Amino acid sequence: MKAKLTALLGWVDARFPLTSSWKTHLAEYYTPKNFNFWYFFGSLAIFVLVLQVLTGIFLTMHYKPDASLNASGVPVAFASVEYIMRDVSWGWLIRYMHSTGASAFFLVIYLHMFRGLLYGSSRKPRELIWLVGMFIYLALMAEAFFGYLLPWGQMSFWGAQVIVNLFSTIPLIGPDLSLWLRGDFVVGDATLNRFFAFHVILVPLVLLGLVAVHVLALHAVGSNNPDGIEIKKNKDANGIPLDGIPFHPYYTVKDIVGVVVFLSAFSIILFFMPEFGGYFLESNNFYPADPLVTPPHIAPVWYFTPFYSMLRAVTINFFWIDAKFWGVVTMGAGTLILLFLPWLDRSPVKSIRYKGPIFKTAVAIFVICFLVLGYLGLLAPTPLRTLVSQICTVLYFAFFLLMPIYSKLDKCKPEPERLSG
Amino acid sequence: MRKLLFTLLLLPLSVLASGTELHLDKAPDRARDVAALQNGAKVFVNYCLNCHSASYMRYNRLRDIDLSEEQIRENLMFTADKVGELMKIAMRRDEAKIWFGKPPPDLTIIARARASEFGSGSDWLYTYLRSFYRDNTRPTGWNNLVFENVAMPHALWELQGQQVVGADHKLVLAKPGKLKPEEYDALVSDLVGYLQFMAEPIAETRKQLGVLVLVVLGVLLVFSYALKREYWKDVH
Repeated sequence: MKAKLTALLGWVDARFPLTSSWKTHLAEYYTPKNFNFWYFFGSLAIFVLVLQVLTGIFLTMHYKPDASLNASGVPVAFASVEYIMRDVSWGWLIRYMHSTGASAFFLVIYLHMFRGLLYGSSRKPRELIWLVGMFIYLALMAEAFFGYLLPWGQMSFWGAQVIVNLFSTIPLIGPDLSLWLRGDFVVGDATLNRFFAFHVILVPLVLLGLVAVHVLALHAVGSNNPDGIEIKKNKDANGIPLDGIPFHPYYTVKDIVGVVVFLSAFSIILFFMPEFGGYFLESNNFYPADPLVTPPHIAPVWYFTPFYSMLRAVTINFFWIDAKFWGVVTMGAGTLILLFLPWLDRSPVKSIRYKGPIFKTAVAIFVICFLVLGYLGLLAPTPLRTLVSQICTVLYFAFFLLMPIYSKLDKCKPEPERLSG
Repeated sequence: MRKLLFTLLLLPLSVLASGTELHLDKAPDRARDVAALQNGAKVFVNYCLNCHSASYMRYNRLRDIDLSEEQIRENLMFTADKVGELMKIAMRRDEAKIWFGKPPPDLTIIARARASEFGSGSDWLYTYLRSFYRDNTRPTGWNNLVFENVAMPHALWELQGQQVVGADHKLVLAKPGKLKPEEYDALVSDLVGYLQFMAEPIAETRKQLGVLVLVVLGVLLVFSYALKREYWKDVH
């Protein structure tokens, strides 16, 4: 029996790199042995991605992207979500998994990105991993935005209306561009149907492809670690890094623990507070979309609010062009500036462990500003709040734009030769 | 250092959080009181389900609050034939719009839609249904402290009586109704409890299942951690 299976494996290996792929990516992918808490979020991101795809498939079987009104005067799309919640077997569970999963995805990705910032994971030779990761993040934002329209509630509708209208602020082509994006003069059935297509096939395809590239690039150069030094510098006689351990079984069994802990936190939210106080499922979205009733306060979901605050922080018209347009530019720049991180950090060391007080202070200010911006984005603006968000926006950009200067000035500690644990 | 950061973070937030306040009374919890929910269903069908639909809710879902199909059919179904039907109404939306200014909203998930930073959706409904007062400047003769210039007249006025705005903006009962004030509050509690149930009939099951899931995950955590420890013994 065993001989037969070995023969079968040989047959496959002659035609497909099965054994060699297994070795390259799992059994003989040598990983630094000192991964800490922050290193759970990569595998968790893949876990959540799979969760979203699987639950999404089942939701698609019952959801109807149709903005027309049924006999009770309710949009068909909105009614089909309630149908899933009530009449589809376990539909409520699948839907809550998907809605909680959306927020969980962003939480995990933000922590994963922050890990990269802490330990200099984006720096040479991992610039492409960071860039591809950033494209994943941008694709994820698009995915979340398109998906949020589908329940066709008040927040879905007005959120999409506000975001698409941002494009209309672009001089000259703006109004026509937003009309083209919506496919109608207001967000309507045409918009809903195309967003559905983007959400269930276009963006997921892009996401899966980018994730594959991200992992392939990582496995080509090897993982960074909390010390920010290369384990490949110290190898034994067989060419195996002295501080490396095979990803499988060591990190597979460790990541299983991470997944179980994650699932526990996920389940607490899903089973006991699926709306999460209105932050994961907004109460206004339990009203069907009504183009004639504008909600008094339109706020995006929490994962977009830092950038939404930046948008609202710009209140001055430059060069006779409306402040709104510059707000859009600021918001776009706020996300895109992250792309340049690998080249902005000029410090001789990668990890925050060996960086000096200036960089540590800068990171602390950056984190505070990002969280404050996120919080303010949830609230209606007041003059004081706008002022605070303006200060935070300036500091947010200063963190990146001044990094080439202060990271060079900083007094760093020497990096160790081997992993310090 | 960390404490300082934390304080620095929270300080601006507390300053920025202030805004207008809406005071809501806390709705009594009726989620596990089946008799109260059944009573609430009766009130809902008799007083609300003429102008308001509950068009995502099927009559036979009332089995979840221990009513048999027989009981549902005989006591609660006035306009539908089959127990699997949705709670729709005969009133047409275009006519309702002419009569009330806007069609009365569907109430299936109103208890979820009305949640806000001031309280749960139940709190809002509980306060709203007890805050109607006489106002002759309004076409219906009624106004509401929680929902200013509401289009809806006080559907439960026979039970509550008539309130007017007294000194310091407080409501006082000018003409008593069929029920004593505490009886009326109890009736509204039952009705709101039912609206909460109807907004998410699975809610109680969901919580029970959640406990089970967490227990299973707890067991899994013990085993997966033991497995990790075993494998990592030889990593130094």
